[in-house]
Amino acid sequence: MSNRFTWFNTTSLTLGFVFLYLPILILVFFSFNESRLVTVWAGFSTKWYVELFKDEAFLDAALVTLRVALLSATVATILGTLAAVVMVRAGRFRGRTLFSGMIYAPLVMPEVITGLSLLLLFVAMGVDRGFWTITMAHITFSMCYAAVVVSSRMVTFDRSLEEAATDLGCTPFQSFIKVTLPIMAPAIISAWLLAFTLSLDDLVIASFTSGPGATTLPMKIYSQVRLGVTPKINALSTILIMIVTMGVITASILTKRAEAQRKADELMAES
Amino acid sequence: MDKKLGRLLLIGIPYFWLFLLFLVPFGIVLKISLSDVAVAIPPYTPTFDLESGWEGLKALLVELDFENYIWLTEDDLYWTSYLSSLRIAFVSTVLTLLIGYPLAYSMAKAPSEWRPTLLMLIILPFWTSFLIRVYAWIGILKTEGLLNQLLMFVGIIDDPLQILNTDTAVYIGIVYSYLPFMVLPLYSSLEKMDGSLLEAAQDLGCTAISAFWKVTLPLSMPGIIAGSFLVFIPAIGEFVIPDLLGGSDTKMIGKTLWAEFFSNRDWPVASAVAVLLLLLLIVPIVLFQKQQERAQEAEQ
Repeated sequence: MSNRFTWFNTTSLTLGFVFLYLPILILVFFSFNESRLVTVWAGFSTKWYVELFKDEAFLDAALVTLRVALLSATVATILGTLAAVVMVRAGRFRGRTLFSGMIYAPLVMPEVITGLSLLLLFVAMGVDRGFWTITMAHITFSMCYAAVVVSSRMVTFDRSLEEAATDLGCTPFQSFIKVTLPIMAPAIISAWLLAFTLSLDDLVIASFTSGPGATTLPMKIYSQVRLGVTPKINALSTILIMIVTMGVITASILTKRAEAQRKADELMAES
Repeated sequence: MDKKLGRLLLIGIPYFWLFLLFLVPFGIVLKISLSDVAVAIPPYTPTFDLESGWEGLKALLVELDFENYIWLTEDDLYWTSYLSSLRIAFVSTVLTLLIGYPLAYSMAKAPSEWRPTLLMLIILPFWTSFLIRVYAWIGILKTEGLLNQLLMFVGIIDDPLQILNTDTAVYIGIVYSYLPFMVLPLYSSLEKMDGSLLEAAQDLGCTAISAFWKVTLPLSMPGIIAGSFLVFIPAIGEFVIPDLLGGSDTKMIGKTLWAEFFSNRDWPVASAVAVLLLLLLIVPIVLFQKQQERAQEAEQ
């Protein structure tokens, strides 16, 4: 098997990545445009960033989004980890098929259906819609993603480590906290990050489940975009893209380092 | 005894949450799809009153009917929406496969020290906002947009093309947004492939190209199928892409449901549309599940 780049491979990789990244780069580029028109270059300017930070509606929406995302990602990760433990460890129980169905179904469910059905539930229960209903909706669909991420790691978990801990006098609960959780930590952290970005990104479900009081950032962007493209949205997008890119790169460096550390520890333990 | 309680709580908490916020809402959607629209809050009738108990439930059941579904079959809008959702999702899936395959193939054939970086470059756009990535295309595709400027500058066209607000823009949007979903399963099936099989085929007289058709392509079939389902299933119910990039004549069922709910405020019809969309999706979802199970068994 050849391990060099052939011309075919180089061309298709280049074209593929240009296709994936060029639109984003163009978007970032025009956020520094002097002109109000997004597609005609008129000189460098950061005025759209200044205007963005002056716009309180955007700042409010950003704050709501952040609060929803932090809270929903945290609860979703806890519930998702519990669900993963149930799927991998609990063995047989009544309603197991229904349980795993309810974990996997939201992953392929169109957002319009999830949004509509949750809204109708909230209306039937007579709850006031706003911050809390969006948060609950986000917990519901992101806990399923969290459960899948955590359980795929848990399947490969070496249970003899837990047994060793119990032999050394831990209760099952202690061994779960002291042995299982630290080993599962990378998967749990990626589950949290996934839940967090899913919540940050969601337009459809938030639009259905929100009330008059709460507008999230995607909802605000969407309503602006419907009115027309403005460099302000480009500026906002650039900031969000920067945050996510830095987050993903940091996370991948950290996991690589943790992995290297773990391998070094294993070598130490073996020698 | 304590252990039993712990187990009950462990299973019970996520179970209860999903039951209440995933399953019960579907029951409600089904019920409202059989109700009538009303000028009231909430805007449908009959409503169920818990206090009225069993008698109330009976009275409620009597009032439900399939009127909304009959309405859906009689109005052309819904038929066209379902059919064109299927068509757009299918065409986009094929296009995504055609673009994603060479990309995944080249990634799998790249030097191994490059592969983690390439993989990360595929996953990175997936983490950035979906809405923003769709928005990025508006500036490129619109009449005075960059693509038209470029094409006119090069001299391929004299007048700007209408691309934004057409089905073409929707195809581009779907291919762009879902490309990682196609590339990842393709890559994982191509990367696992045993290179000596290709050598064997060539030793037996295959040219590189016929070895690709006879060996590589059949062996990557699980990746092709998984990737295609991962694009096709969410594309059917897509709302943001047809709404922002498509035109007023781009009918997709997610958009129709949204309009029915937010613009027409017809909750019962929106619910009926949702129930039918779900029925439409059950077939590909079940097929996908079966295929995944078979792939897992094959691996063991």
